[in-house]
Amino acid sequence: MSSDTFTPGIVPGRLDDAAYAEQFSDLHPPLDPHEALVAADRCYFCHDAPCITACPTDIDIPLFIRQIATGTPDAAAKTILSQNIMGGMCARVCPTEQLCEEACVRELAEGKPVLIGQLQRYATDHLQDQGIHPFSRAAATGKTVAVVGAGPAGLSCAHRLAMLGHDVVVYDARPKAGGLNEYGIATYKTVEGFAQAEVDWLLQIGGIRIEYGKALGREETLESLRSGYDAVFLGMGLGGVNALGADGAQKEGVVNAVDFIAELRQAEDVAQVPVGRDVVVIGGGMTAIDAAVQAKLLGALNVTLVYRRGRDRMNASVFEQDLAASKGVRIVTHAVPTAVIGNGAVREIEFDYVDDAMTPTGQTLRLAADQVFRAIGQTLVGDGLPALDGRKIQVDAAGRTSVEGVWAGGDCAAGGDDLTVTAVAEGRDAAMDIHATLTGAVGLNPALRKEGIWLI
Amino acid sequence: MADLTSEFVGIKSPNPFWLASAPPTDKEYNVRRAFDAGWGGVVWKTLGLDPHVVNVNGPRYGAIYGAERRLLGLNNIELITDRPLQTNLDEIKVVKRDYPDRAMIVSLMVPCEEEPWKFILPLVEDTGADGVELNFGCPHGMSERGMGSAVGQVPEYIEMVTRWVKANTRMPVIVKLTPNITDIRKPAEAAMKGGADAVSLINTINSITSVDLDLFAPEPTIDGKGAHGGYCGPAVKPIALNMVAEIARDPALGQVPISGIGGITTWRDAAEFMALGAGNVQVCTAAMTYGFKIVQEMISGLSDYMDSKGLSSVDEIVGRAVPNVTDWQHLNLNYIAKAKINQDLCISCGRCFAACEDTSHQAIAMSEDRTFTVIDEECVACNLCVNVCPVEACITMEAMAPGLVDPRTGKVVEPDYANWTTHPNNPAAKAAE
Repeated sequence: MSSDTFTPGIVPGRLDDAAYAEQFSDLHPPLDPHEALVAADRCYFCHDAPCITACPTDIDIPLFIRQIATGTPDAAAKTILSQNIMGGMCARVCPTEQLCEEACVRELAEGKPVLIGQLQRYATDHLQDQGIHPFSRAAATGKTVAVVGAGPAGLSCAHRLAMLGHDVVVYDARPKAGGLNEYGIATYKTVEGFAQAEVDWLLQIGGIRIEYGKALGREETLESLRSGYDAVFLGMGLGGVNALGADGAQKEGVVNAVDFIAELRQAEDVAQVPVGRDVVVIGGGMTAIDAAVQAKLLGALNVTLVYRRGRDRMNASVFEQDLAASKGVRIVTHAVPTAVIGNGAVREIEFDYVDDAMTPTGQTLRLAADQVFRAIGQTLVGDGLPALDGRKIQVDAAGRTSVEGVWAGGDCAAGGDDLTVTAVAEGRDAAMDIHATLTGAVGLNPALRKEGIWLI
Repeated sequence: MADLTSEFVGIKSPNPFWLASAPPTDKEYNVRRAFDAGWGGVVWKTLGLDPHVVNVNGPRYGAIYGAERRLLGLNNIELITDRPLQTNLDEIKVVKRDYPDRAMIVSLMVPCEEEPWKFILPLVEDTGADGVELNFGCPHGMSERGMGSAVGQVPEYIEMVTRWVKANTRMPVIVKLTPNITDIRKPAEAAMKGGADAVSLINTINSITSVDLDLFAPEPTIDGKGAHGGYCGPAVKPIALNMVAEIARDPALGQVPISGIGGITTWRDAAEFMALGAGNVQVCTAAMTYGFKIVQEMISGLSDYMDSKGLSSVDEIVGRAVPNVTDWQHLNLNYIAKAKINQDLCISCGRCFAACEDTSHQAIAMSEDRTFTVIDEECVACNLCVNVCPVEACITMEAMAPGLVDPRTGKVVEPDYANWTTHPNNPAAKAAE
């Protein structure tokens, strides 16, 4: 039975086959060599550049852009990857408009920053498309480290540890590595299987083994890892989803946005992913935007993103909000869900309008909905974890937890934004501290210096 | 609209913008397009004797680029015209007939003997051309055969050939000078002695623009080899301006008319050459880069400038900056300036800081929040910060008023002019009068 955008209920195949490829193509098509040179030309090679300061991984942006401009994109890639081993993914998913590009002096000068993210992708793609892994391992230390979670934090930590000569085993609950890179990011941001290609490329360093389908608290415990390894890094992210505090929230059709996003990413054919005709997304972060935009791209007739505060308080960047609006997503603010209505399956959802102090104004909103996505935040799950700071694992500046020999980073650790790039930085920095702890090494690392890594 | 009419050694043109003798003026087709676009005159690409020369059939040009692949310098190994003499003469004649108000100058290069000059000059006169330009400048190819810069580098030859030419034609004679010499005044002086009506400069500069790092061969590369060529374009303008000024400010040469050449790309470049003494200008690389239409910008730009300055004739610009070109020893050492950074314009790139801190006088301070300020105690007003700043007019050099104390030296800024010739540190100083 064929369906279209007006078909009620949650159904697949609302669009023509050809439309899907167009809808889910690369959000920012890669720069070609000419475009890269023109873009690189605009960099002023600032002193102590503000873009570097704005980058959570401190990539030497002016240097890598100069390397592109002078015809050595592979050298540029090494500059990027030496600070951020997932520079390829970060080039695709970083909210650059809030980080490096916001700080770019040409944003101040002309309102048009240097296209740092796209240039970074140009360089890293250039190297990785050749299958070149530019780093090699130091002499074996004989030390072993367990890493929990094969997401950005875990893999960043594992790679740095492996490069320093340690043997690493990474445990991941899912059947694939990559974490949110693989399961939690909109399809149009990382097309053509890039997340897995990046993992495969990263693992070329050697010395890293991944144990799939093994979760902390299920197949492994923190105690067993502590006793089996010289150090443990926790980078398992946030496995739980916050519940919707509204009546009827258990009705059929009310699902987690992260599951919808993961389903799309894992789908062999996105046309087979069902979507409602009237979709409501609750939340104001990147996950909410990714779900809302993709619901629209799948052919939903009406997609409404409802956030409880004003747009200025949304975690999603202005760019992401504008992207959603440009795809036809309606953004409603200052509304809190109170009731999911329907006979078994959701049919409508009702909201109270609230003011900035979250006080109901007395006005309500009722939206038709045959599918509701929860995107109101994720939570840390697990027992026997190190001490928490709020709802996340407490860490110091080096990523050390309250438990000796256990470090943590990424979304599961307190502090820092929940961004891929932040997770990569935290994993890398924890690896350096683990290395220092295990070997007593201090100061600039000779093995890293040999690889051209001078910072940190 | 100001009156841009120009008269150069008696040759009238509707504006002072001529196309230089070069590839753009090799043929009737090109020159008609140039005149239709608005050029005031052309110097027809250099004629020689038959059998005509041949050119390479590989690349003839090499280039260097600035940002956005903007062409800054061009290197040329093309020789003089590679078409039969009569073909050129016929075309010159019909073009001059059809564009009688435009200046038609014919560039010439024949062997360094009187007979060939006696032969070719009447043929050129017969075309109705307004004058000739003697090509003593081309640094490549023809110089290996004893012509071009091989003549231009020997003042005695310049004088001799110029004299032959003056003796054999009624047309005004412009001698085109090569910059590939030590002192540009010597060949200019020789040209004057030989009776030249004017000099034109500069011709192109010996150059290798780049090296192909795969072939290990200079560019442009012809079947694996490269020869030095003639360098031109915006990059040579400062060299040309100085050479024009050297002639213009020489008391012995000061009255010689100069046709200014060298990297002129905009009306402003043209006005600068004229201010330093050029009676008119010749353009090539800019036309080769952007096409003939650029002359329309040059016309409107010079006109607007003249209107804004209340000038009624281009001659009022000519030489106006010459009195201000002096020798270093005459610069006022009592003049004190300091860099000043306009914080409203500053985009905090920090290039001024890097330049000053690493390579100059550590006279710029950088705060935690990337505010850059000048440390007057250290600033010698070198201007490097101004030069490296990407924002125009963000950093300026501000003169200190006499009577103030220079925080760098602790000395009062003197109101009087004083230069090196009277400075106490100068062992050869003469007592101030």
